Amino acid sequence: MSDKKGKPAPLANEGLPPEERGFFCDAPPREYEPAAKIVEDFWNWARSQSLWILGFGTGCGAIELRPLMTSRYDMYRFGIQPRPTPRQSSVFVIGGYASVKTLKRIVRSYEQMMGPKFVVALGSCTINGGMYWDSYNTIKRIDQYIPVDVYIAGCMPRPEALLAGFQELKRIIRAGKAEGQNEYARDFERYKANQKRVIKDWNMPDYNW
Amino acid sequence: MRELAEKLAGRYGAREWRDQRRDLSSVTVDAPKLRDVLTWLRDEAGYAHLAFATAVDEIERKVFRLTYAVHNHDAGHGILVHCEIDRERPVMESIHRLWGQAWTYQREMKEWYGIDFPGSPRVDEEFVLEGWEGPPMMRRDFDSLAYSDATYAERPGRETRDPAAYMKEKLYPEADA
Repeated sequence: MSDKKGKPAPLANEGLPPEERGFFCDAPPREYEPAAKIVEDFWNWARSQSLWILGFGTGCGAIELRPLMTSRYDMYRFGIQPRPTPRQSSVFVIGGYASVKTLKRIVRSYEQMMGPKFVVALGSCTINGGMYWDSYNTIKRIDQYIPVDVYIAGCMPRPEALLAGFQELKRIIRAGKAEGQNEYARDFERYKANQKRVIKDWNMPDYNW
Repeated sequence: MRELAEKLAGRYGAREWRDQRRDLSSVTVDAPKLRDVLTWLRDEAGYAHLAFATAVDEIERKVFRLTYAVHNHDAGHGILVHCEIDRERPVMESIHRLWGQAWTYQREMKEWYGIDFPGSPRVDEEFVLEGWEGPPMMRRDFDSLAYSDATYAERPGRETRDPAAYMKEKLYPEADA
């Protein structure tokens, strides 16, 4: 990828002690630059056929991923499988409510995922707070902090709903409209400001790459 | 159990003994005597297991009511030992030398209710919250909704309806109230 607009300002990484700042990247994320349409279409088809989920159950909704994995609903037949590390994953399933403490790990994990990456937000808690609408420690909408490609409403949504959501995600990817990663790069400063507003003890790099 | 209740009353002025279940009783003691009571229960009466310790904010009476649950595994019987401390001066004696695990409960109470236990290991470290800057959030004068509204962005369009009225309007509007 080349820089069209010139090099952006390096990130300050002020949450880290000075001796650790050199260990982490100080460049903000950049937008993906697509290849020629026919190549990109082929890649998008390939991407949609192998969705690898980050195995990080961030809330109670993660319990719905277990029946999805096993033989009754069997998500493997759609090319969906869990991976143990963000570096190997392309889909982050936000499993319901996210406390501020979890949000910190969500941001770290999301930023560590390699592009192209997509976010599926599951349950009403990710949409408008759900039953945690008056909680002192639970965020009310996840899309203030990381971009979301597909929402699956419900409390909980059943595995069928999740499968429908993944099919929708595939459709979006094949159409080349899964823009979450690019939105994050475009609006990086806004997302970062929102994250830092609620994560009071910011002791990690500004971009966890 | 009568015998134990009388002993506690005679030795430590324990009051309000109540048999809640066949295997569970509760008793109230004065806060300065709590440590002695627990020591006696542990060493003399066989209540060797501290099951948990927790606090209740009784804001109407301006006290924190602390509860220590001890259990006698030989007798199959547990006691909830209650004591009350002033809500304005929430300081309590630490019992981490009686039971090693007590410091965890005390650290929890420090974070959630702001009750201090001087001398308890790591009592000032954060327990479940990270970077919390507000007041202790389990105190009943902490307004969770106001804090949430001020801190976390909300998606517009959320409505709250009374379920009974809404079902009537949608399903059987012709029915009388």
